[in-house]
Amino acid sequence: MLLGPALALSAILFSLGVAGVLLRRNAIVLFMCIELMLNAVNLSFVALAQLHGASGHVMVFFVMTVAAAEAAVGLAIIIGIFRHKQSIDLGNINLLRG
Amino acid sequence: MTEVVFYIFAAIAVLSAALCILQRSPMVSALWLVSTMFSLAAIYVLLNAQFIAAIQVLVYAGAIMVLFLFVIMLLNLGDAGSDLRGPSTVAATLVIAGLLSVELLALTRYTPRRLANELSQWPTFTDPATVFVAGQVTQQESAARGVVGALAAPLFQVYLIPFEITSVLLLAAIVGAVVLAKRNV
Repeated sequence: MLLGPALALSAILFSLGVAGVLLRRNAIVLFMCIELMLNAVNLSFVALAQLHGASGHVMVFFVMTVAAAEAAVGLAIIIGIFRHKQSIDLGNINLLRG
Repeated sequence: MTEVVFYIFAAIAVLSAALCILQRSPMVSALWLVSTMFSLAAIYVLLNAQFIAAIQVLVYAGAIMVLFLFVIMLLNLGDAGSDLRGPSTVAATLVIAGLLSVELLALTRYTPRRLANELSQWPTFTDPATVFVAGQVTQQESAARGVVGALAAPLFQVYLIPFEITSVLLLAAIVGAVVLAKRNV
């Protein structure tokens, strides 16, 4: 069945994604870490679909769609920021700081 | 045999993910992330989700990562300096990620048998197969109608309206990306 090992792998990958988001200042790497977290969640959906039927697979579909939309809009925003600042270092992006 | 293959691909996935968050160059990071996604696709096959595995390779490793690589090349970010945060943040990150992984790993102690025990009304009831019927039904369905057929029925019957709303989401994302990237924002 491989339910427990798959959920454990999902937990480890999610924690690695969180660590990456907290650790890096490069906006693109941060986005990639978010994709990693979404992948970890997908893995637990697929693992639990062995018990709960095809609904889990449908959810993975929707998560992938949201990930694609998020990547497209997020990368467009990054390009816009790069035009302004010539940098995508999150330390330099403080427009909203009061 | 299945378990050996699973552990091999799980090790590759964890190692690639760790290298992805530790590499300095965004380009190398992206390639390690592609490696993680490929090994996850292999794991999906082992978990009886063959169609999801194909979609994973096509959409994630194909489309989304190509988008990332395009932006990295467009912005010419090949060799940036180290962008790790300071030592105090690194320590805090280790603590937070460690706590989170311990919490999530504790959840995996819920085996199907134990879940079945808690879900069923009778404490002596221990056969998970009779509680989680939906999984069995899906397996029979995919044996009878093929892997794609078993997934198409719920997608276009039960989840038809969310599926259609997804198209509106994608349209909004396309328009948003074009507007954001076209002119100075």
